[in-house]
Amino acid sequence: MIFVVILLAVVGIFIIFFVGIYNRLVGLRNRVKNSWSQIDVQLKRRHDLIPNLVETAKGFMKHENETFVAVTEARSKAMNAGNSGSVKEIGQAEADLSGSLAKFLLTVENYPELKANQNFLALQEELTSTENRIAFSRQAYNDDVMMFNNKIEMFPSNIVAGMFNFEKSEFFEIENKDEREAPKVSFS
Amino acid sequence: MWELVQQNKRKSQIIFAGMFLLLMGLSVSIGLAIEYPVGGYWGAFVGFILWAVQSAVAYFFGDQIVLRVSQATKVSKENYPQLHNIVEEMKIAASQPYMPEVYVINDEAMNAFATGIRPEKSAICVTAGLLESLNRDELQGVVAHEMSHIINRDVLFMTFAGVMLGTINMISKGFIIGSYSGRRGSYSRRGRLGSSASKSHPALMLIALVFAIIAPLLANIFYFAISRKREYLADATAVRLTRYPEGLASALERISGTATNLVMYNSITAPMYIINPMAYSDQASVFSSSTHPPTSERIGILRALQNGGKVSFRDYQAAYAKQCGNKKLLPDSALKNKEQIAVRTGMVAAAGAVAGGVSKKGAVRGVTDLIMANSGFVFLPCSCGLKIKVPPTLGKSNTQCPRCGKFLTVPSVTSGINHKSEKTENIDGAAATFVRKNPDSWESFNCSCGFGHQLSPLFRGRKVVCRKCKANIQIDYPE
Repeated sequence: MIFVVILLAVVGIFIIFFVGIYNRLVGLRNRVKNSWSQIDVQLKRRHDLIPNLVETAKGFMKHENETFVAVTEARSKAMNAGNSGSVKEIGQAEADLSGSLAKFLLTVENYPELKANQNFLALQEELTSTENRIAFSRQAYNDDVMMFNNKIEMFPSNIVAGMFNFEKSEFFEIENKDEREAPKVSFS
Repeated sequence: MWELVQQNKRKSQIIFAGMFLLLMGLSVSIGLAIEYPVGGYWGAFVGFILWAVQSAVAYFFGDQIVLRVSQATKVSKENYPQLHNIVEEMKIAASQPYMPEVYVINDEAMNAFATGIRPEKSAICVTAGLLESLNRDELQGVVAHEMSHIINRDVLFMTFAGVMLGTINMISKGFIIGSYSGRRGSYSRRGRLGSSASKSHPALMLIALVFAIIAPLLANIFYFAISRKREYLADATAVRLTRYPEGLASALERISGTATNLVMYNSITAPMYIINPMAYSDQASVFSSSTHPPTSERIGILRALQNGGKVSFRDYQAAYAKQCGNKKLLPDSALKNKEQIAVRTGMVAAAGAVAGGVSKKGAVRGVTDLIMANSGFVFLPCSCGLKIKVPPTLGKSNTQCPRCGKFLTVPSVTSGINHKSEKTENIDGAAATFVRKNPDSWESFNCSCGFGHQLSPLFRGRKVVCRKCKANIQIDYPE
């Protein structure tokens, strides 16, 4: 009798422990999913911002049509990639967009009137913040992925993870050729 | 990084239990000393009720009380876009589901704090002085530090620990004063209390007295030691969020360089501020009184991280050990991940505008003045030396000095009668303007709704939000 009670107690504790680990794994996986979608939200925010920025700047920068075209094209490419492309394609398109935006902001330096414009200043702050948000959401995604992957690898949660097929998530890494090479500024 | 939260929880519970035992021991021994043996139950009961009521108040209303007491105004994204953006960036970096509310205090002192016993109802509050003087990277560092207090659950723990400390102090102080006057009373006029005191055992009385002296000391040591440690932890988490230690370091440097106290602070929430709000107070408590570690040490650690180029918890622990002797700061579980996190480059390479680092204190305002200022009085200095306090209900544009009879005009905003409809539309948000005549002294003026505002000599802000009608008032300066 006593033996049965002890056995039941041990099994009970074991089940509680097991359920706890399982729930934690599910929580972490949802967290990873959520932070992944957060990246998308921020990328969309950037796409929405660009037309405003270009519209405001056009009035001041009459002879910079190339820059505008480059930014607008990069934006539409990034949006297309976002709708259909693979993770790698999205990463590449967004990196190109970052690059052309950086070039655009460098050109703005030549237009002091535009830089002083209240509307533009507000938009610039929004753009700065958006770039930060994108960076931070990627960072948060990677943090969450690391936490999830660690949990999958470590004992004892690795047993539960193995039983229910929890798969490791991939880190977000992008090849960013534009950010690596510093923008060239010529004063000729 | 969320192992930190787990680890914190466990440690907090142990310390909490310790403080609770202290409280119970104290109240039971006092009860026994007053009347043996039933007093013991009464003591435990009264001590528990005192603590429970205060904790309940702190839990349900604490956040609101703190924000009220510090005269913080909730600000919208339209009025403070950058601050809002930075808070949201940090929310994203911490991958938190809840966006903290954003508050601003119209105070020239540079400080910031977080509230939010429940993380879903948290708030981050910064002073106008801070907003004016810090650049974007520095402000981000400060906000990250506050966000860390929220995600590490420091607000919850420190608030309850603060309440516990307060209760212990209150009971022991009450007992020491009571036993002193009670002894005198038993010889003269106080019949009832004297007779009940005569029932008590002298040895029990002695034990209770010893408890009453020791308990607050121990509780204080616990509390302040924990508070200082949490401050380091929040720094470590903050740089983990921003990946940019220099931002927080230079913010701390700039804040500690200005010697102004926050006018309205709350000692319970003192651990939640970025820098000790009472640092320059002459009434700091007697011993081990600082809720914050020395700022120079915090800056030293942060700079070491910046130079080393890595910001993981492991690196922070290493830098901490170097700076403050070989002590353990972070739990092992937080250190076992061998993560390599590189420092990123700051956005604002050039320093932002440095607002007047005047070290002289502003005019000393009395408590009544504070209350009046809070309820919208305008202060007018007359040339005869009298300070006239004009109530918001005056409704006239001038007033007569009661001493010398001179007529003084009540300064008010120049435009923006129609402020209510305009306030959200404008992108720079200024519906009314006030031009400062003498920015080097205290100035006060009426909003168009009649509510009075004070501007301190250190205030260099461009914007004030009316606490009553929530209109934006632009502040202009001569030249």
